[in-house]
Amino acid sequence: MCEVLSPGLAVSVLKAIFQEVHVQSLLQLDRHTVYSIITNFMGTREEELKGLGADFTFGFIQVMDGEKDPRNLLVAFQIVRDLIAKNYALGPFVEELFEVTSCYFPIDFTPPPNDPHGIQREDLILSLRAVLASTPQFAEFLLPLLIEKMDSDLQSAKLDSLQTLTACCAIYGQKELQEFLPSLWSSLRREVFQTASEKVEAECLAALHALSACLSCSVLSSDTEDLLDSFLSSILQDCRHHLCEPDMKLVWPSAKLLQAAAGASLRAYHCVTSSVLPLLLEQYTKHPQSSQRRTILEMLLGFLELQQKWGHVEEDESTLLSLRAPVCSVVFSALTDPSVQLQLVGIRALTVLGSLQALVPGFLSPSDLELVVDHLIRLALHEEDSQSSEAAMEAAGSLAPLYPKVFSGHMVPRLEEELQSERQEESPCDHRSLRQRCLQALAAVSTHTSIVRETVPVLLQHLRKVQKGSEAGNTQDMVSVCQSLHRVALQCQQDAESCWYYHQTVVPCLLAMAVQAAMQESTHLLLAKALLEEEVLAAMVPVISAATTHLSPELATQSVSHVVPLFLDGEVSFLPQNSFPCSFQPFEDGECLEAQRRLVALLMAFVCSLPRNVAIPQQERLLHELLALSCSCNCPFTATTAAKCFAGLVNKHLAGQQLDEILQLAVNRMELGLAEGPCRMQALTLLLWVTKALVLRYHPLSSCLTDKLLGLLGDTELGPAAADGFSLLMAESPDVLHKGCHADVRIMFRQRFFTDNVPKLVQGFHGAGPDVKANYLKGLSHVLNHLPKPVLVTELPTLLSLLLEALSCSDRVVQLSTLSCLQPLLLEAPQIMSLHVDTLVTKFLSLTSSPTMAVRIAALRCAHALTSLPTTVLLPYKARVIRALAKPLDDKKRLVRKEAVAARGEWFLLGSPGR
Amino acid sequence: GPGGGAPLENANPLVYRRSGERPVTAREEDDELPDSIDDREIFDLIRSINDPEHPLTLEELNVVEQVRVKVNDAESTVAVEFTPTIPHCSMATLIGLSIKVKLIRSLPERFKLDVHITPGTHASEHAVNKQLADKERVAAALENSHLLEVVNQCLSARS
Repeated sequence: MCEVLSPGLAVSVLKAIFQEVHVQSLLQLDRHTVYSIITNFMGTREEELKGLGADFTFGFIQVMDGEKDPRNLLVAFQIVRDLIAKNYALGPFVEELFEVTSCYFPIDFTPPPNDPHGIQREDLILSLRAVLASTPQFAEFLLPLLIEKMDSDLQSAKLDSLQTLTACCAIYGQKELQEFLPSLWSSLRREVFQTASEKVEAECLAALHALSACLSCSVLSSDTEDLLDSFLSSILQDCRHHLCEPDMKLVWPSAKLLQAAAGASLRAYHCVTSSVLPLLLEQYTKHPQSSQRRTILEMLLGFLELQQKWGHVEEDESTLLSLRAPVCSVVFSALTDPSVQLQLVGIRALTVLGSLQALVPGFLSPSDLELVVDHLIRLALHEEDSQSSEAAMEAAGSLAPLYPKVFSGHMVPRLEEELQSERQEESPCDHRSLRQRCLQALAAVSTHTSIVRETVPVLLQHLRKVQKGSEAGNTQDMVSVCQSLHRVALQCQQDAESCWYYHQTVVPCLLAMAVQAAMQESTHLLLAKALLEEEVLAAMVPVISAATTHLSPELATQSVSHVVPLFLDGEVSFLPQNSFPCSFQPFEDGECLEAQRRLVALLMAFVCSLPRNVAIPQQERLLHELLALSCSCNCPFTATTAAKCFAGLVNKHLAGQQLDEILQLAVNRMELGLAEGPCRMQALTLLLWVTKALVLRYHPLSSCLTDKLLGLLGDTELGPAAADGFSLLMAESPDVLHKGCHADVRIMFRQRFFTDNVPKLVQGFHGAGPDVKANYLKGLSHVLNHLPKPVLVTELPTLLSLLLEALSCSDRVVQLSTLSCLQPLLLEAPQIMSLHVDTLVTKFLSLTSSPTMAVRIAALRCAHALTSLPTTVLLPYKARVIRALAKPLDDKKRLVRKEAVAARGEWFLLGSPGR
Repeated sequence: GPGGGAPLENANPLVYRRSGERPVTAREEDDELPDSIDDREIFDLIRSINDPEHPLTLEELNVVEQVRVKVNDAESTVAVEFTPTIPHCSMATLIGLSIKVKLIRSLPERFKLDVHITPGTHASEHAVNKQLADKERVAAALENSHLLEVVNQCLSARS
């Protein structure tokens, strides 16, 4: 419509509105129309409107003066922002424009319940803040207002003032702030010193940071004094002496204020640290107690960490360089202190010092660095406290990439030596824990490609040594080596070169060791080698998987051309030790081949982790073999592994006739197996894994398989296992069929599964006989447990009655998952839950005396969560609940008592003053 | 008084570190084995009580310490000594009351509770101890809605 108005008309319309209409006596909708007219004209007739000069601004001030409706305010605030942003003339009306908007500050508006307009308090706050912080012209009026409101009793007013101040600093300069700096500082200091709220403290610190930054980068004319220094000296004056009282309450607030100011600019940093760092170093020496030293060192660390913000620093500018010796000596002394807490801060400080070296060259001398490594080795291997030991390993890991030569030359050989040493004087138990530490440290320090090349051979050699040995506890040792190898694999993934080195070195070596062990067992019928135990094979799976997932398709193709023929054709030539006494044929029949068949776990780890675009040679033959093995093998470990491997491959298999054929074959075998005979369990396992593989990729056959599974819930023999299978379908599986191993996983699969199958579960439950009803509840519980909470809350009304029924089910898995399902609902949907308060109270209280500890704990957590329902709903139950909860206060298990105390305490507070 | 805007009696008190959460042991996770109520468990009940004046807990102010907590589970007795931050602290009774109420609400009824001031640390030690030991007085205090409000605030979880 605007376009058709001839020039000049817009101005006439506005003049008429300004002069003839008393806008604030109109209805809300009509006022809104006026704002819309103005907004439209501002969009299309900017030049004409600007012709009115400051009269336009004045006219608008009168229009909005007294506006009360939040919907209109949002539009009016936007108009003011545009006035300022598009440079309309404000003329003499700056203060009036400020008054007409700032009178709403701080926003005090709570949307009415069931507000259809959806305007939130936060919308108004942000919109008004954008106006107030839009121009330095408001500064002289706004800053006194903010200072006043910072002192408000209302926390929301405090927060709003602080956030607005921070926003203003982005556009103000020294000129605007100058007059108010002393009051601003004293308000901020008062708040930080007094507040109990972390939020208020954080906003104060942010505001101080912003002030300091603003002063640091203001452009000054030549005759103006730079206020940054005087501002910082008032902060130093008020805070510095508190740093000398490391036991007192104000020490941390003072340190945080100084750090907030110092972190704003390099100049501020130098000004503050040149005063504070020498002071802290002196205080460290003056205070001999570990706890005081810890506080001082933590503060020191905070200042050192700030240095990292500035990147490389010229030598002559660095305060730090001049304090090199005392800083190092303080940190090293912390590392040898008997207090673990002080050690931990010392270790963190080491990491920071190490990374400072890159910014302040020459900060650590080569001999300092060796000393650092010595300390890390000592703490990692010999410190009794496991926290310190772990922290030292992590520190080694983060420093190693900065100084790879020092770590590979100094640390790795020491670790290797300790690992191999056979000390007789120690008890075997100490010796084992030292070896464990060595293994962990070797993994932790493998964060640089050159170090990986040193540590991986050490780890593999140790694995071989353990395998040959006959010590008791070999299994645990092998698992430990595998855990270390796994960590190294994860650390190598991002670097293509390390990744390939690792894959080429580790995968053939593990396969060779496993094949060797399996053959010894097949030929000599020896007792099971530790290496072939389920636990050890299971620990190798993540190693091989992590070594494979990040390979480039070319290298993966090269590797798969060796590994698949090894399993299908016994092609062993690529293995490092490849002279074996007999042939490797894991898919052949024969009792003596049982050990070989277990190695399908390693095949699975490799072949299911390949990128999807890597072609697998002889894939159809491999699938057939896996299918056969999964249905016929008597060993549950092998059968399950074969089923998982089959499922992992099927999930990634290209859609089409080949896939349909192999799936049909699988379905036939499952049906045959499920019908009767000794292999029903294997058939169910296969059904579960294949269903999962297809559900994840939305394959059309998945619904038919899910229906089969639902049908089995009514089976007296397989029903419970089928119900547990729903957990397998919904949960993330650790080794196959997850995103990390490139499986085809649609993000909404859980919601979709829920929508498709929950009605069937509910229907099945109602139609089921009493002996199998629990299976349906259990299946449902598993589905609900894995559903995102927001989805659950929306679906709740339809399911709640079933969940309440499930609370009476005697199966503790059902009880547990129902309780853990209801607990978040109590917090998130108190209104709906209120309708059932009577049932909930009764059931929860009765479950607090379950024989199972986990159920008692979950029931008490629910009883606790009940307190988030409206107080009026709960009060009639208060006395009864408090009485009933007295019993679990005397539970034999401490963890139960803890929950009972928390729940009962909250119930006492209900409807009581001071809650 | 608290929240009344009067200057604090002790504005910059010594602050002590909070002990971490008690680590859960394998034994505690075992369904069968009973865990007796020990000193640390009682200390955990009272250490996070808020001071009526400062935004700090009784543990941070060293008003309560684990070494001053004695429990005998078999004989159903608990004794807690607390140490006011200054000898003339006017909040001593209120602090004692908060500790007592917290224990009443959190412990099985079989326990006999003794909450008193660490000997020699408060000017009116005797009078305060007497009040805290007097069941009727404690019950009457909790009928007083102003007192109950302050006690409840001390016992509420800080956000």
